[in-house]
Amino acid sequence: MPTKPAGTLYRGREGMWSWVGHRITGVVIFFFLLVHVLDTSLVRVSPEAYTAVIGAYKNPLMALGETGLVAAIVFHAFNGLRIIAVDFWKKGAKYQRQMLWAVLALWVVTMLAFSIRHLSLSLGGH
Amino acid sequence: MTATIESPRSGRIAPQYRRSGGSRGNFEMIAWLFMRLSGVVLVVLIFGHLFVNLMVGEGIHAIDFGFVAGKWADPFWQFWDLAMLWLAMLHGTNGVRTIINDYAEKTSTRRWLKTVLYAAAVVIILLGTLVIFTFNPCPVVNGVALPGGFCPA
Ligand code: HEM
Ligand code: HEM
Repeated sequence: MPTKPAGTLYRGREGMWSWVGHRITGVVIFFFLLVHVLDTSLVRVSPEAYTAVIGAYKNPLMALGETGLVAAIVFHAFNGLRIIAVDFWKKGAKYQRQMLWAVLALWVVTMLAFSIRHLSLSLGGH
Repeated sequence: MTATIESPRSGRIAPQYRRSGGSRGNFEMIAWLFMRLSGVVLVVLIFGHLFVNLMVGEGIHAIDFGFVAGKWADPFWQFWDLAMLWLAMLHGTNGVRTIINDYAEKTSTRRWLKTVLYAAAVVIILLGTLVIFTFNPCPVVNGVALPGGFCPA
């Protein structure tokens, strides 16, 4: 087993954890998308088949699932933009850590707004 | 935490260190660039998709066959969804390819996993494209309109 190096550019700190998060969210979104294209394709089977399957997305437990999915996408999207900035912006590598905090702050704000709206629409009323 | 990476880091690679015999050209560089370009476009496409489908009006309660029919009656949303389908699938497939290359150490396992991945990607992209362009708001089976469709009276 290699011993732990005393801090490198990538290992062990914010840079590594943001990479782990980016990788996991990427895979989650990918598998969702496979299923999502299949469920949407039911519009070619019959209107009732589609409406029945989409009905499953409207129950309260699924509302939490959708919120989790959107949380994954919003993190992947904002952190993806951070990766792009690190690669293409002259000072990107220098400010990568500050940009990660910006990503997390924006993520919290976006998710608060999204969750309030989505959960009150899907859990409230009707 | 400042690490210095010795330069030069690139340039001509001695033949014994080349992994692929050079036959792949600059595919990996194109793929790297594609991940970044598609990422920027996907932010707009996906955030727009989620906003229109979940945040506007009644949100998710409004989604049913009629909702999809309403959107795909407009070529704008057909092309929006088409671009989102192709870019997200190619971006996601290439991302998962990288992950397979990272973790599957045996050559045969790697080949096998990537074959399954590419097959799934082709099926989903073709199916999704077909669905967008062959969508029929008024499906009829044996001369009878299916319930829930939007048929001219
Ligand atoms: C919302 C906009 C998106 C942005 C800005 C974005 C950005 C990025 C970037 C910059 C990378 C890094 C590529 C590299 O390291 O060379 C990446 C990787 C990845 N993305 Fe996205 N992406 C987005 C949407 C998606 C979607 C919709 C999916 C799934 C269908 C996805 C799946 C992946 C996967 C699986 C990886 C590989 C992760 C890894 O190698 O660790 N991404 N993304
Ligand atoms: C819970 C969140 C989501 C809901 C409720 C939802 C809903 C829908 C609906 C109703 C359609 C039908 C056409 C339309 O409205 O444009 C659709 C199609 C589509 N969605 Fe989503 N969507 C969600 C998340 C996503 C995400 C995260 C992605 C991308 C990674 C995505 C990608 C697509 C694509 C590519 C199509 C076209 C499918 C096809 O070609 O048959 N959706 N979605």
